[in-house]
Amino acid sequence: MLCVVGTVPSDDFPLVEGEVGLNGDLLRIGTSTIAVHRGTPALLAAAVKSAEALGRPSPFAYLVGDTGTGKGSRKLYAHLTEALPRTSFQTIAFHYLQPIIHWHKRLQAAVGTLKDRPKLIADAGFMYAAKMSGEASLYDLFTPDVGELAFLADEEAPHPFYTRGFILHEDNRVPDLIARAYKHRNAARYLLVKGERDCLADASGILETVDSPVEEALEAIGGTGDTLTGIVSVLIDAQMHMREAAVAAMRINRLAGWHARPTPATQIGEIIGYIPQAFRDVLDG
Amino acid sequence: MALFGFLKRTRSRKEPAGRNGEGDRGILVFENTSEVIQAENLLKGEGWEIRVMGPPPEIRQGCDLVIEFPLMEELDILRILEAEGLTPLGVVPVTSPLLQPVDIFHVKDFGRYFMVRAANMKLTLDKETGVIVNVSGGGCPDVPYLAASMVGQTLADAPRPRDIGHTLCGYALQLAYEEVERLCSV
Repeated sequence: MLCVVGTVPSDDFPLVEGEVGLNGDLLRIGTSTIAVHRGTPALLAAAVKSAEALGRPSPFAYLVGDTGTGKGSRKLYAHLTEALPRTSFQTIAFHYLQPIIHWHKRLQAAVGTLKDRPKLIADAGFMYAAKMSGEASLYDLFTPDVGELAFLADEEAPHPFYTRGFILHEDNRVPDLIARAYKHRNAARYLLVKGERDCLADASGILETVDSPVEEALEAIGGTGDTLTGIVSVLIDAQMHMREAAVAAMRINRLAGWHARPTPATQIGEIIGYIPQAFRDVLDG
Repeated sequence: MALFGFLKRTRSRKEPAGRNGEGDRGILVFENTSEVIQAENLLKGEGWEIRVMGPPPEIRQGCDLVIEFPLMEELDILRILEAEGLTPLGVVPVTSPLLQPVDIFHVKDFGRYFMVRAANMKLTLDKETGVIVNVSGGGCPDVPYLAASMVGQTLADAPRPRDIGHTLCGYALQLAYEEVERLCSV
């Protein structure tokens, strides 16, 4: 089963755990409901749609409210260090959490106690924490955009905010950034880089590239990276090989965006509605 | 705890000037980024020459910012901060180069819309209506909150990331917001 760990942008939202469902535009977990906007809710909505398309169980989630103070994230980190050793998830996707180095290390120690190590995916703040901690290589997949790839490539930057200019300017040289991230051990086993051309890479370089259909407006739309992470997480949990899963996810995410006929003002919820159609396009070949 | 230990050691020692002759600068270390942003607003509002920077590795915890200030002005600055309930965790002399926040902006024109990227954060505006139509990028938990608060509002009416954000991603979005403001005023 896929487990998703992340936050909801509300200070009042309690720490909850359970299977996630989707009722129209609202995510449901236990008795709580969440509007589908960018961030972990978008990842989860995309994952629910993907699981439905594949006939897989809905994802399980650990969620907490956090508007950036880190209070909710700390509560969730503490809960997970207790709870994870008793679980048997096949795949865990860590998402929007306050990047806190010592909590990341404690969480990795908890994961290390599991008899069968799950596939580990990290995106957003948790990916930052994994890199800051020097433990990036413990992960199976990171899903950075090109700006975040530059951060992974900068061995001195503790956060994308401090990525040095000479590295940030290399956004047309994705292969060089990938090589530099691996050289300094700041990359997961695989990198799925989101951009004008999406690509999957490992330490040997770029393995796969998907660059169509092209919708330039998607870059401006908050949440398109979250949906890609949600889709690829479900495919990996369905035991697809990483290369197949990544290529399918990149194509499905782009097709969902293309079907939505987006402008820079399109909201992510509109694109998520087209994920089932995009799955059919890709699976039916 | 390690942070407090470092501060205590650092403050009790007479540090020589740094490699770059930066011995006349100090940094103010706060509990969290929200306090840094409040202190920056306060001190800049009072006309102090300060800069928001990245902390040295010894005291880095994660999503951090510090304020660099003229060390000779320590007492005055602390008095102002304490009067507003913003007492820093500590004051550390600058002994090595600090990390510079990103200062590179990318602007993309979509016709009716344009997007500004600062570091990992992007803000997109409708040129005809002045409405913020999307916030993308970023990974800290205030980003979805900032997006929910700002999208659909005009630039003039939207809350500023500096006022409601808490993290480095929020701070980067503030830089994008200021660049959008600047471009709109040209």
